[in-house]
Amino acid sequence: MSTLTLSGVNKRYDNGAHAVRGVDMSIADGELVVFVGPSGCGKSTLLRMVAGLESITEGEVAIDGRRINEISPADRDVAMVFQNYALYPHMTVFRNMAYGLANRGMAKVEIEAKVRETAKMLRIGEFLERRPAQLSGGQRQRVAMGRAIVRSPKLFLFDEPLSNLDAKLRVQMRIEIKRLQRELGVTAIYVTHDQTEAMTLADRLAVINEGRIEQMGSPMELYSDPRTLFVASFIGSPHINLLPARFDQGQLLVGDTTLTGFADLPEGVPLMLGIRPEHLSLSADGTFEMSIDLVEQLGADSMIYGAVSAFSGEEPIELCFRAGEATRHVPGERLKLDFQTDRAMVFRQDNGERLI
Amino acid sequence: MKRVQFERSVVPYLFVAPQILIIAIFFLLPAGQAIYQSFLLEDAFGISSQFVWFRNYEDTILNYEWLGSAGFTIIFSAVVTFLSLAIALLLAVRANEVLHGSNSYKTLLMWAYAVAAPVAGLMGNLMFNPFVGDLYKGMNALGWDFNHKLDAFDASFVVILIAVWKQVSVNFIFFLSGLQGIPKSVLEAATLDCRSPTRRFWSITFPLLAPTTFFLMVINITYAFFETFGIIDTTTRGSPGGATMTLVYKVYTDGFLGADLGGSSAQSVILMIMVLILTVFQFRFIERKVHY
Amino acid sequence: MTHSLWRSLSTHGILILGTIFMGAPVWIAFMSSTHPADTLIRDGMQYWFGGHLLETYNEVLFVEGGVMKKVTASRMLYNSMILGVGFAVGKVIVSMSAAYAIVYFRFRLATPLFWVIFMTLLLPLEVRIVPSYGVVANLGLLDTHFGLIVPLIASATGTFYFRQYFKSVPEELLEAARLDNAGPVRFLIDILVPLSKTMIAAILIIMFVVGWNQYLWPLLMTTQEENYTIVIGIKQIYQVLSEGGELPQFQKAFALTVLATLPPVAVVLVFQNWFVKGLVESEK
Repeated sequence: MSTLTLSGVNKRYDNGAHAVRGVDMSIADGELVVFVGPSGCGKSTLLRMVAGLESITEGEVAIDGRRINEISPADRDVAMVFQNYALYPHMTVFRNMAYGLANRGMAKVEIEAKVRETAKMLRIGEFLERRPAQLSGGQRQRVAMGRAIVRSPKLFLFDEPLSNLDAKLRVQMRIEIKRLQRELGVTAIYVTHDQTEAMTLADRLAVINEGRIEQMGSPMELYSDPRTLFVASFIGSPHINLLPARFDQGQLLVGDTTLTGFADLPEGVPLMLGIRPEHLSLSADGTFEMSIDLVEQLGADSMIYGAVSAFSGEEPIELCFRAGEATRHVPGERLKLDFQTDRAMVFRQDNGERLI
Repeated sequence: MKRVQFERSVVPYLFVAPQILIIAIFFLLPAGQAIYQSFLLEDAFGISSQFVWFRNYEDTILNYEWLGSAGFTIIFSAVVTFLSLAIALLLAVRANEVLHGSNSYKTLLMWAYAVAAPVAGLMGNLMFNPFVGDLYKGMNALGWDFNHKLDAFDASFVVILIAVWKQVSVNFIFFLSGLQGIPKSVLEAATLDCRSPTRRFWSITFPLLAPTTFFLMVINITYAFFETFGIIDTTTRGSPGGATMTLVYKVYTDGFLGADLGGSSAQSVILMIMVLILTVFQFRFIERKVHY
Repeated sequence: MTHSLWRSLSTHGILILGTIFMGAPVWIAFMSSTHPADTLIRDGMQYWFGGHLLETYNEVLFVEGGVMKKVTASRMLYNSMILGVGFAVGKVIVSMSAAYAIVYFRFRLATPLFWVIFMTLLLPLEVRIVPSYGVVANLGLLDTHFGLIVPLIASATGTFYFRQYFKSVPEELLEAARLDNAGPVRFLIDILVPLSKTMIAAILIIMFVVGWNQYLWPLLMTTQEENYTIVIGIKQIYQVLSEGGELPQFQKAFALTVLATLPPVAVVLVFQNWFVKGLVESEK
């Protein structure tokens, strides 16, 4: 059993920077929670506070109900996989994996067995006598994971472990990490800035922005029911279309287009209409007209980008429309588009709050 | 060597000439002379000399005084090296860790490199002076019957203390640089794997400092052999009774003050061989050990 | 990384002790030099100002001292400065040229000459001191600036630093220069030297300190008191100060040590970053 609870966790640095602001969350046993957000949002800091590598300015972190704020990293029973692997360069792969166990006084025979077992699981058994410098990036990554797994900790912590790998390897390792975590059933926190990684790995996802948790929930929840503008635009690839709007006398004004079907919105407040690319469709008398700038053919899918004619003026507003397999449209064409009103979202521009 | 190079006949020779010329006149020539003279024995007035093959070498090696100097030099070097490395390492590790004021500490600990050996020696001498020196008075006050002019151990103590003082700065600079070369994430990973900072230091940090340490060991031994001349000349001058005489100092006293050209040349040559071995050792051993 | 309070306290403690250990001798020397002679004899070394700073330093710098009463500290400082600067500049020019030749030219004697230069690393001056003196004396170079500075340049350390550095300069630079019709001298002056500015500065600083601090060679080489450098002068004068005359003038001895230390330490402190960089880069 290993649950993690964060209550009112804050991190302030000496220079005044407030990196983590009042974070509360509970992570259940066996869950894989992903912290996702843009660079500098505080997700790594939060992870490191759980690990004990950063001090906790305010608030409490508890594992299985036991407060760990003051406990040293080695005693928290957590294991971490670093972005650049952080393998001990002067030790063999075997010793790298055995180090943590040896320091905890485990018997040599036991250590040997555990290391070999884990190495087998990760398919690095043949590298045990090699040094990290003699391995490739992917192999080092697996050794780093092996070092964490072999300790059978209460918590796995992953700090952007796949960022240094090439794209193909990344996809492969992603799947392997998910599979291993399921198999071992160890609670895990995974930090990444890549929303695809986040969506595919997470049982639950926490979107973090400027030290605050914007929203936490399952990937689909965050996708179809984002609570803020930030979450709506962060989750989903390609990202959601955003059109500046105003509400006036019961109607939503988007550029020079008037939309009905929206009610109870505050007047005189700048709003944002959000429509995901896949919720747009071609329609003869569609609400919006766009002139195509770019067509991306991805094989099984295609994306069309263009400027919305409803907005004339200095800055053209771009729309992205998911056109399906092998579209025949070309740049320069004009398209008329309609959207599913019940899937559309309206946000306040000032605080990002979702109204519809 | 470079793949891309100039091909000119005269120009490189012109560039290399000054260095080679200086080396020829002020290095090869004296070195050659030293070797040549080591095989000669001069008469009392320096008028004629006789080729005596290896007799000077025999006399030197079998000489009680020389052996005493050799012994002292070796022990002295070992102690000075060990102490100055240990102290510098401790200071470097802590200076690397400290969050506030690290730059001030670093500055304060590294400037002593600029102090000349004889100046350090003289300062030390003054501090151990029976009239003015607090260290001298302090030692005696603590119950240690301290007299470095008469007692061999006390004299060695003074010389070792000053030599260590001077060397700590250089070692500190290199150790600090070496420590900063260790990736931070590796040390963080170690904090998760090992609870005791001391254990982490010996199993992770120290092994990763090995290249620096080996390199410094050779620098330090060379320093102790040669550069401590200035310290000895301004403090004990080899006394009492040759107890603090290093091999280099002996070459100076025998050759310069004693005018024993043959003997001191032989000593010089033996020293040359010792340095040669040390350097070969450095290149072989270190190059092999270093790469991860 | 977080550390326990105990660790932080012990760290500061150790560092402060270290600083005191390293700084005490110079602090004491300086403080003691500002006291009159009888205070020192009576009360021993001093740890704080004594009010006689100007008087003592004035005497030391401008009144003739020494055995022959022919030299002042300011004269010795002057000699040291010439040695320090001359050695540093000479070393940089000579070794940079030699390194340039070895790295950037293909010529027949390149390898043997390289080994000759390399050999000098093996034998510091102290080992060949007696015959070196002989050579210089025979050339009539005793008591000259030339004889003082030039033989010291015979060691290969500078050449090695520059060789190491030149090897790290991208080759494309030379290729581009040749396409631009630059000959070897052009390339050196217009491209390589400006590129190596930091390295040159660092080496100059280190060599200044090394030159200033030379002891054995100036000791043997200079026979006239007016030619003493401060570093050897203090030893010769110390004898006179402590034994000659009625009252041992320890405060002057202290003052001399302070003067001998000031310039190189000042250089090292002011140019700290370059100095450390040069030192660390060089021994690779």
